[in-house]
Amino acid sequence: MEEKIIVAIIVSAIAFFSIYVFTPILIKFLEKRNLTVKDANKIGNVMIPRPGGISILIGIVASEITLYFFFPISEILAVIITSILSFSVGIIDDRKTMGGWFKPVTLAFCAAPILLLGTYDSNLYFPLFGSVKIPSLYLALVVFMIPITGNTINSIDVLNGVVSGFMTIASFALAISLFILQNYEIGVACLCLAFASLAFYKYHKFPSRIFPGDSGAVMFGATYGVIAIVGQVEVIAAIAILPAVINSFLFLSSVKRIVEHREIKNPTSHTDDFKLKSTDDNHAPITLVRLLIAKKPLSEKQICNEILKLTVFSGVLAIITAFMMGVKI
Amino acid sequence: MTMKIYGFIFVMWILIIIGGGIVVKFVGPISFSTEIEPIITSSVKMFLALFLIIIWVFTLTKIKNWVFKSQIKS
Repeated sequence: MEEKIIVAIIVSAIAFFSIYVFTPILIKFLEKRNLTVKDANKIGNVMIPRPGGISILIGIVASEITLYFFFPISEILAVIITSILSFSVGIIDDRKTMGGWFKPVTLAFCAAPILLLGTYDSNLYFPLFGSVKIPSLYLALVVFMIPITGNTINSIDVLNGVVSGFMTIASFALAISLFILQNYEIGVACLCLAFASLAFYKYHKFPSRIFPGDSGAVMFGATYGVIAIVGQVEVIAAIAILPAVINSFLFLSSVKRIVEHREIKNPTSHTDDFKLKSTDDNHAPITLVRLLIAKKPLSEKQICNEILKLTVFSGVLAIITAFMMGVKI
Repeated sequence: MTMKIYGFIFVMWILIIIGGGIVVKFVGPISFSTEIEPIITSSVKMFLALFLIIIWVFTLTKIKNWVFKSQIKS
């Protein structure tokens, strides 16, 4: 146990400090090459460097490779390869705007390492009631899980600091759940994701100095998804990201098709003091942000704080669920 | 409005636990006689699981409309 704690400290430090140190260098590099985008929620023409996914990739992969040296298990290898593949999908979308179906379809292929390395268990575990063996259905679940988590997390990347803060809270909740279930190796792998998200949040929080881009947001989601599968905590992982699930659910049930977010009407507009307010357009999609500002306009920072509070709530529910896994009725 | 979103998350959590219970207690143990191909049993289970997901989404949609629609319109 003592060895595992030391490994956890080492890999968490690698994940955190590699991003903490490398991101300012990346910001300067991207600014020098004019790789910036307009921050739509700021007064004036504020340009922010993008994609920060490069530094997130370095942090996650460096820490997970180190972890693999200590625990050479194929589950960690699946996490590393899936993270790299999902980053590749995201960076293509960052460089060249692709259609709405591009990410779901290509992310489905990112699940290949999980299947090829056989790092899944076809039992699906539920709280209070035990598990159910669904061999053929579980294969479909693996293929669908990565696109779902990748796109769900990407869809919440709407305001300064939301996606990185969201991932920090959700990943810590998932890591705690994995430790409760005594799945220590995957729990430490999840800690890498949590500390990588935390380090990136330092630069992404309001007012952002860098945006993660699709490469960062999709990789956050895909890495989270693969950890959920190899750690056999699919249900707990889904509960920890319920605010993002609600966002996707509200969006899909109002738009009624899979569509790239650039193609739809903006569900928010600005007040004179540049707070965000809900749009009057009935055809604009319903999103989590639109719900939060339905009653009164809020500043970007206030909305971010509300979303992070919701994530803490769902994270607590996820941890309660982990405790309930040990109880059978 | 924020309290309603917390409530919605809580309802989703309860639905996940209940749905899991139905899958484990009723769908999982389904088995036909040994003469029937296992693939047919799996297909039946898959159909029932998809049916449960449709009911889950339908229930959530109803709750969402009930809770949020008036707020969005206002």
